[in-house]
Amino acid sequence: MTEMSNTQIRLVRLALIVGLIAIWEFYARFISTSSLIAGPSDVAMAWWPKVMGEPRVRAAVGITLIELAVAFAMSVVFGMLIGILIGLTNIGRRSMYPIVLLLYGIPQAIILPLFVLVFGLGPASKIAFGFSHGIFPVIVNTIAGMRNVSPHLLAGSAAMGASGAQQVRYVIFPHMVTTVFAGLRLAMTLTLLGVILAEIFVSQGGIGFFTLLYSETFNPSALMALVLTLALMAIALNELVRLVEARFSRWKD
Amino acid sequence: MRREQLLIRSIQFGLVAILFGAWWFVTHSSQKLMLLLPRPELVWREMQLLWSSGRLWSAATITVTEIVKAYVIAVVAGILVGFLVTRSRNLVRIFEPMLAGMFAIPLTLFFPLFVVFFGIGPDSKVAYAATYSFFPIALNTIAGFSSVDELYLRAVRSMGASSVQQFRYVYLPGALPVTLTGLRIGFFICIASVLGGETLAAAAGVGKSIALSAELMETARLYAWIAFVVLASVMLNLLALAAETRSERE
Repeated sequence: MTEMSNTQIRLVRLALIVGLIAIWEFYARFISTSSLIAGPSDVAMAWWPKVMGEPRVRAAVGITLIELAVAFAMSVVFGMLIGILIGLTNIGRRSMYPIVLLLYGIPQAIILPLFVLVFGLGPASKIAFGFSHGIFPVIVNTIAGMRNVSPHLLAGSAAMGASGAQQVRYVIFPHMVTTVFAGLRLAMTLTLLGVILAEIFVSQGGIGFFTLLYSETFNPSALMALVLTLALMAIALNELVRLVEARFSRWKD
Repeated sequence: MRREQLLIRSIQFGLVAILFGAWWFVTHSSQKLMLLLPRPELVWREMQLLWSSGRLWSAATITVTEIVKAYVIAVVAGILVGFLVTRSRNLVRIFEPMLAGMFAIPLTLFFPLFVVFFGIGPDSKVAYAATYSFFPIALNTIAGFSSVDELYLRAVRSMGASSVQQFRYVYLPGALPVTLTGLRIGFFICIASVLGGETLAAAAGVGKSIALSAELMETARLYAWIAFVVLASVMLNLLALAAETRSERE
């Protein structure tokens, strides 16, 4: 088979998605007898005004975004701080890095009920749980990024009289960017994962409240409309981090 | 070198010892935290109780069965899809970004849908964990098979290798390392998803037991369950690490 052009690839991809939606609609409308299957048209009808037109749902999405923003900001700040402290010395890295990796490997869902006990039912437990998810990729990638800096460049800049601060600004920082941003993107996904896990576990008026409401009242079209809206937001956030990453690694090309 | 190693180990053990010491000291010097942070010896007694009463085993059996089922589904589907997609470069260019994009969405969002469709029993956890761990396995299989050097393929073809031989001697060894990474990532995602799903909505299992003991405010038991999962996860991680270092050496 010959190589297809980029436009052709996009067209095929679009056709696939449209085809899948069509099959889904057809199945929901004509084949399935289950009331649990909602077709794309039902979902679209439920999206507005029932789900996103409802001010309480919009407020819930807003709260979730704020929880995400706070948890992500905390993950980045504390993650980089801890990462730099650990990565600064050889001994620090070799003694603490394995511990960080082991902690990172623990399935964190098991401490979620504890977080709710400690931080309560409100946004604090969501922020804390998002933070505990997001901080690890930032720490790990900051440490990895600091190792990427070539000692020759450091020696070279020192020989030309760069101060410690200048070395950080002009040598270490630009070299860390690629790795750290890969960590930030992962942190964004994981923070969102943590916030949503906590929301679905227990929620007072956040999105978890509405997913529970829609599932318990067997309202699959509304549930899907809400879930798909949040999924689109997740994709948008991911793209945003990627754009920022591209901006900061411009120096490379 | 030796001395450095010794220093690193003593820092690590010192840290753990300080943490446990602080835990003991804080819980013994004041009663205020009793509700949220029980004394270490109470947690230890609760761990022994869970172990000997068989409650640990009945919950673990359910959870491990779910993990195994979900992982087998994810591995078969992931490798199959990954292999089929890499049959042509165009297919890779069409599907790889779609799969990667979907993997960037926290699939936990869809967990309520899984519960609506598959019920509160083990099936919803199996389906959810299988879906979640399918993505890293498929993506890494695609990456593995696309990283096979065209040059080697042309070389063995010109030497008259059959397609089975091409697969056995070029594709498989070339794709294996990256695919194995995917299998490892998928495995840990599978465990986390099953436990997460059980914590959110389940009838039984380790995650459910944890959520239940939190609801009943039995914090010592809650910590005991957490301790068991942490121990199991640390052991699994160390095993995976040891296996990896061994395969790298070969």
